[in-house]
Amino acid sequence: MRGTSEVSPPDDATPTACMDLLRFAAVGSVDDGKSTLIGRLLYDTRQLFDDQVAAVEVASARRGIGEVDLSFITDGLRAEREQGITIDVAYRYAATRRRKLVIADCPGHVQYTRNMATGASTSDLALVVVDVATGLREQTRRHACIAALLGVDQFVVCANKMDLVDWREGPYRQVEAEVQELAGRLGVSSWRVIPVSALHGDFVVRRSPSAPWYDGPTVLEALEDAPSGAWAEGHGTQLGGGARLPVQWVLRRRGGGRSYAGMVNGGALRTGDEVVVLPEGWRTTVTAIETYDGPLDEAPVGISVSVDVADDLDVSRGDLLADAKSPPSVLKDLVATVCWFSDRPLRGGDRLRVKHTTRTTPARVTGVTGRVDVHRLEVAAADELVNNDIGIIELTTAVPLAVDAYRDDRITGSFVLIDEATNATVAAGMVGEPFLAGPGDGCSGTASATRRTA
Amino acid sequence: METSGSQRRGPRRVSVDHLALLESHAIFVLREVAAEAERPVLLFSGGKDSAVLLHLAVKAFRPGGLPFPVMHVDTGHNFPEVIKFRDEQMSRLGERLIVASVQESIDRGRVPDPGPNASRNRLQTTTLLDAIAEHAFDACFGGARRDEDKARAKERVLSFRDSFGQWDPKRQRPELWHLYQGRVQPGEHVRAFPLSDWTELDIWQYVSRESLELPDIYYAHRRPVVKRDGMLLAVCEWVVPLPGEEVREESVRFRTVGDATCTGAVLSSARTVAQVIDETATSRVSERGATRADDKFSETAMEDRKREGYF
Ligand SMILES: Nc1nc2c(ncn2[C@@H]2O[C@H](COP(=O)(O)OP(=O)(O)O)[C@@H](O)[C@H]2O)c(=O)[nH]1
Repeated sequence: MRGTSEVSPPDDATPTACMDLLRFAAVGSVDDGKSTLIGRLLYDTRQLFDDQVAAVEVASARRGIGEVDLSFITDGLRAEREQGITIDVAYRYAATRRRKLVIADCPGHVQYTRNMATGASTSDLALVVVDVATGLREQTRRHACIAALLGVDQFVVCANKMDLVDWREGPYRQVEAEVQELAGRLGVSSWRVIPVSALHGDFVVRRSPSAPWYDGPTVLEALEDAPSGAWAEGHGTQLGGGARLPVQWVLRRRGGGRSYAGMVNGGALRTGDEVVVLPEGWRTTVTAIETYDGPLDEAPVGISVSVDVADDLDVSRGDLLADAKSPPSVLKDLVATVCWFSDRPLRGGDRLRVKHTTRTTPARVTGVTGRVDVHRLEVAAADELVNNDIGIIELTTAVPLAVDAYRDDRITGSFVLIDEATNATVAAGMVGEPFLAGPGDGCSGTASATRRTA
Repeated sequence: METSGSQRRGPRRVSVDHLALLESHAIFVLREVAAEAERPVLLFSGGKDSAVLLHLAVKAFRPGGLPFPVMHVDTGHNFPEVIKFRDEQMSRLGERLIVASVQESIDRGRVPDPGPNASRNRLQTTTLLDAIAEHAFDACFGGARRDEDKARAKERVLSFRDSFGQWDPKRQRPELWHLYQGRVQPGEHVRAFPLSDWTELDIWQYVSRESLELPDIYYAHRRPVVKRDGMLLAVCEWVVPLPGEEVREESVRFRTVGDATCTGAVLSSARTVAQVIDETATSRVSERGATRADDKFSETAMEDRKREGYF
C-alpha cells in the first residue's frame, strides 16, 4: 500500500501462546478518522492478510477513491459502505508478542448508541479519535461520556490529522486542554493525548520525526502499557476485592453431590473461603473449586469453575456466592443509571423484565428522576426517557437481587431491561447514580497526575 | 461417558492468559445459553472450530452429559477423514448426534439438485432451517469466529434469527457486559457463537495446549489437486478435473473444512500442530480468502448468505 511499504514489521509481531488480553472501544465523531486509524493499526502491525488488502484496494478503486481507503477494512456491511457510515460495532483482533487486542470499533451516530454501549460495556479502555483541527465535537463528548458512565476509566486520545495542521504543537495542546477538562468531569482516572496521522501512520505504530516536541508513547505502545482486565475485576479495591460467583448451572457429581458452576468476578475465590449464598443469606465454606482439568486452590477473576460447598443447601441458578466478609447488598428497590434503547419512552409505572447476573425477574419502574445532559455533563430533571437517553430511574424487582454499585463491580452492578412483549433488550442498567463533576471540580485531582504526555 | 478428573494433577493455580480467558468466556456462554434455552443444539461440522467448541462444551458440563444434542448438516460432499473424525468423537464422548442431510433435502424436492460438480454449500441453509424447525430448536451453538469475515465481525455472540431464520444486521439486540439475552418467541431462534473473539491462531494455540485431535486433512499430506477459481481443490468423486485442468500431486493441508467442492487446500509442509502454528502466524492470506470459493464471488457474499439464515 502506498506510503507504507518501507514499514518493517514490529519486532514483537509474532504472538506467543502466553499473552494477556486487552479489550478496548474505539470511538470518535464521524469523519475524524477512526476507521482509518484502526485500519492503520491493523495494517502496520501486519494483522491484515494480502487478500484482505487486495479486496480493500478493489473496493476503493470501484468507488473511484484515489488513495486506498483503510477505513474500508472496518466498515464491513453493505449498508455501511453504501451510506459511508458505521451502524454497528465491528470487532477486530490484533496481537503483539505480549498482548491480544480485542478492538470494538463503535459507531458514531446518536441513533446507534445501543451499539456504542455494547462495545464499551466490556472494554478496559477507550481509544478516542479527534480531528485535531476541530477539537472535541459534540458527538465525541457524548461518546466519551457514555464510555465513562459505562465504567471505562482509561482514555487514549488520538489527536488525528496532524498532517493537516503541519504538525504544529498549538492545536495538539488545545485538544489536550479540552481532554483534561472532560476527563476531570467524567472521573476518568488515566488519560493521554497522542498526536497522530492515521492516513500516513505517524505515531500509530511507528514513531515519527514530524513532532519533535512530543516524547510520549505511540498508540500501540499506549495500548500495550495499559492495565488490562479491569472491567471484569470491577473497581472493588475499596471492598477488599471480594469474590462473587453468580451461579449459572448446577452440576451433579457422581456420588450425588452438587457443584455450582459459574465465572468468578470481583476478586479471587479460594478453597476454605467463607461465602454467603445470596439472596438467601446462608453461610457456608468453599470445600473445592473444580474444573475439567482438575481442582484449583484459587480461582482468579474471569475464570469459569464449579464450586463445592460444605453444607447441603438448595442453591440454584440465579443465586450468588459471595465472599462473606464483603458481600453485595440484597435489594428489591434500586436506584440506577440506564441507557434507554427503545422507540417507546420509559416512564414511571412501566413493567419490564430485569436480567441481573444469572437471574431474570419482573420489575417495575417506580420513577424516572433525571436525565443526563451529555453535552453539559449535568443531570437535569426528567420524568421520561426517550430512545438513546441516559437517565436515572428507581426500580422495584419481584425478587431481591444481590447487587454492588456499578462503580465497584461491573458484573454484579449491571443489568439489562427486557421488553416482555417483544423480548427486545431495551436498556443497559448500572446500579447507582452517575459520576459527573461540576465544571470547576473537574480539573483537579487524579486525572492530570497520571498522564505521561510531555 | 468421559470422566472428569482423569487428568487430575492435584491442586494448582491457573495463569490467566488470553487462552484461559477465551476458554472461560466460551464456557460461560455455553452454560448461559444451555440454561436459558428450551431446546439448544450444537452445530458440528467436523472442522477445527467445531472440534474446539465440542471440547469446550464437554469442559462446561462434565461430569454430566451435554444438555443438548450435536447436529451435523451433511452436504453429502464430505472429506471421508472428516466423517471418520465426527463418528470417532461422538462415540468417544457418548453424546447424541443428529445428521441433517442435504441429499435428503434434494430428494424431497426442498432444494434443486445443483448437479454433481457444483457446491452444495448454499443448500445447507434450507437443510439447517428445516432441521431447526423440525426439532423446534431455539438456540444453535456454532463455531463461527469474528475474524473470519467482515460480516461476522459485526455479529453478536448471541445472534437473533426471526421465524424465517434471517439475520437482520441493522436490528441486532444490544449485548451488554456478559448479560446474554436469548429470549425468543416460538419459531424464532438464536445462534450462539462462543468462539466469537477467537482468531485462527488462537484456535491452533488452543488445539496445541489441549492436545486436541483433528481430522488428518488439517495437516500436510500429499494428494492430487486441481487449480480452479484460484484455489487448489482436492480431486475426488465430486471434483472431477475439467478439460484443460491439470492434476498435480502436492503437499497440502486444509485451513477449514466444508463441502469438498468449495474448500481449497493450501500448499504446506506443516505436519504437526507446532508447524501449523508457525505457518498460521506468518501466513499472508486469510483463512477464507485462501480456501473458500463461496466467499470469493462478491464483497458481501457472507453477509448475503447470513441474512438468509446460513451458519
Ligand atoms: N489528511 C488526513 N486525512 C485523514 C486522516 N485520517 C483520516 N483521514 C481522512 O478523513 C476521512 C474520514 O476518515 P474515516 O476513517 O472514514 O473517519 P471515521 O468516520 O471516523 O471512521 C477520510 O477521507 C480519511 O482519508 C489523517 O490522519 N490525515
